[in-house]
Amino acid sequence: MLFRVFSKNELKNLYDILAVNHIVGPVSKGCNKNSTALYDFDFVYDFEELQLEYSATIHSLKRFILPAKETLCSFTLQKNNWQKHVELNAYKPIVYFGLHACDINALNKLDKVLAGKIYPDPYYAAKRNNMFIIGVGCTPQPFCFCHSMGADSVLHGFDMFLTDLGDSYFAEILSARAFECLSGITCREPGKSEHQRFLEVAQEKMKRFTCHVDTTDLTKILDLEFQADVWREWGEKCLSCGTCANVCPTCYCYGVEENVDLDMRHAAKTRHLYSCNLIDFAEVAGGHNFRPHSHDRLKYRYYHKHRGFVEAFEESLCVGCGRCGNACLANITVPEVIASVRGKEGYHG
Amino acid sequence: MTASEKTYLGVPVRKPRAAFFSLTSCEGCQLQLLNNEATLLDFLSLLTIVNFREAVSERSENYEIAFVEGSISRADEIPRLKSIRAQAQTLVAMGSCACFGGVNQLKNRFSDLDWVKKQVYGDHPIETQDVLPLSAIVKVDLNIYGCPIKKEEVEKVITNLVLGKSIDYPQYPVCMECKANQNVCLFDLGEPCLGPITRAGCDSWCPSNRLGCWGCRGPAETANVRQLKQIMREHGFSDEQMLDRLECFGGFSKFINELKNQ
Ligand code: SF4
Ligand code: SF4
Ligand code: SF4
Ligand code: SF4
Ligand code: SF4
Repeated sequence: MLFRVFSKNELKNLYDILAVNHIVGPVSKGCNKNSTALYDFDFVYDFEELQLEYSATIHSLKRFILPAKETLCSFTLQKNNWQKHVELNAYKPIVYFGLHACDINALNKLDKVLAGKIYPDPYYAAKRNNMFIIGVGCTPQPFCFCHSMGADSVLHGFDMFLTDLGDSYFAEILSARAFECLSGITCREPGKSEHQRFLEVAQEKMKRFTCHVDTTDLTKILDLEFQADVWREWGEKCLSCGTCANVCPTCYCYGVEENVDLDMRHAAKTRHLYSCNLIDFAEVAGGHNFRPHSHDRLKYRYYHKHRGFVEAFEESLCVGCGRCGNACLANITVPEVIASVRGKEGYHG
Repeated sequence: MTASEKTYLGVPVRKPRAAFFSLTSCEGCQLQLLNNEATLLDFLSLLTIVNFREAVSERSENYEIAFVEGSISRADEIPRLKSIRAQAQTLVAMGSCACFGGVNQLKNRFSDLDWVKKQVYGDHPIETQDVLPLSAIVKVDLNIYGCPIKKEEVEKVITNLVLGKSIDYPQYPVCMECKANQNVCLFDLGEPCLGPITRAGCDSWCPSNRLGCWGCRGPAETANVRQLKQIMREHGFSDEQMLDRLECFGGFSKFINELKNQ
């Protein structure tokens, strides 16, 4: 890894160098009813729109790499014949400017499932390979528990990662492309004082975490508490709405639908992201539903995130971004659910 | 285009004889079908339409599929619906009025029907009774939800009917589509919404236009109405406000007493 520092004034120049590409980054989405600023990832058309000091985004990056609805292939139907057209729906490289560590870690986790050696998903991989990622340091919010999930810092999966040192940025550089970009702006190697400042910033960030999840022996505890009453209690609240999976940066479940057009000359196969909380997630051919109760479905969401994935990959499928708890109208949050399963009722971060 | 010309992968497609009927309604659902001019001809070419007041002048009582919009609000509509049922192999309830009673059933809220008549029709009363959905009188084979129905959904249903494919509706609530559309949740903006309990399929039509859902498609396959009442309260909305929405289209009627008694 190479390191550079550059003055904050240079950021605009870096943006301009990259702006020959599409840029996606955190932008403002107005305010909620309590006048708290809202942000989301979107295309950025002007440097001024880029909100690098954003708290968190409502939705994850999935819209760009694993869209809620995606045509996998289309067909032209002819008499006694058909032609299949496959589009990976990745047309141009996109620069992702300003991802927090949790969201980069989320991509790295998705890679294990969707870009692995055995069953790579070409639609995902095509978009993933066309990403240029600039990470940016963050300020832990009251709902962030990424530190507990080991996702508060990121070691790979980006081209460049920027840390705000006050009047300059400290850049960690992981790719030759990123290094080339920096050659277009005024930057230099960091000195001893900047090394020092970089470490201080990391320590200051660490002190700001207020929300924690105890993951000690969590896989075992989940096995032990499979029949615990708390699951039913959470299940009674759950709306089975799928919002948690929709906003989650690492939920990847989907269903595939085939439809013939009204003109009977075209057809398409479409993928829709789904959620294990939805009533028919575990319904199989013939109509049997393995998880007809919302508490079972909710439980399995936690089992996949915090147990199944850990067994398969030795890490959790949750990065602790807190989006699901924020978006859940029934106030079902990961820290509280895990605490209740551990027998710590009334735990609030 | 004639019947013999319509093929799917070279296999001739049989065009079922279809009729469209209107009971008590605004006929908005029928108009909705005719709305999308780009696909209208393809739509009409999939069916042999023998009765469609809004679109064709031909009339025949020989049909296999009956699309019925509207609810029952007058005694003479009952024998009419029964005779449609007797003729049709497949009876489709089209739109919220047909599925649940729709906006019309709001008048069932008032115990004094004469007073309602007086308010609506003044000195020219017409015969009217409590509003019922089609399923209260006859067996309904297929529901197409919405007020109005979503044209794209009907097109899909008809294509699948003609091809003999199964017809599936979203079982999940509107929130699923709302999140897919990247909307900011209306509760965060201080507005109530029935999206968490209402069946999806409208592509979150209202929330995507910054209006809370009023539940026109009726309950999702699992609808946690009790929890939504709690959520409404936490966000400062009264039980009355929620009831107004739940009662608007009639889809939630089975939940209403339970909710009032809570
Ligand atoms: S946990 Fe919350 S967001 Fe997830 S399905 Fe249940 S109610 Fe919806
Ligand atoms: S489960 Fe919740 S906290 Fe964990 S990564 Fe997904 S959205 Fe973030
Ligand atoms: S099973 Fe549930 S928790 Fe796991 S990825 Fe799928 S939707 Fe997300
Ligand atoms: S606006 Fe309504 S439909 Fe959309 S997420 Fe919020 S509650 Fe659900
Ligand atoms: S958002 Fe609700 S009220 Fe609006 S069309 Fe959809 S189901 Fe009907």
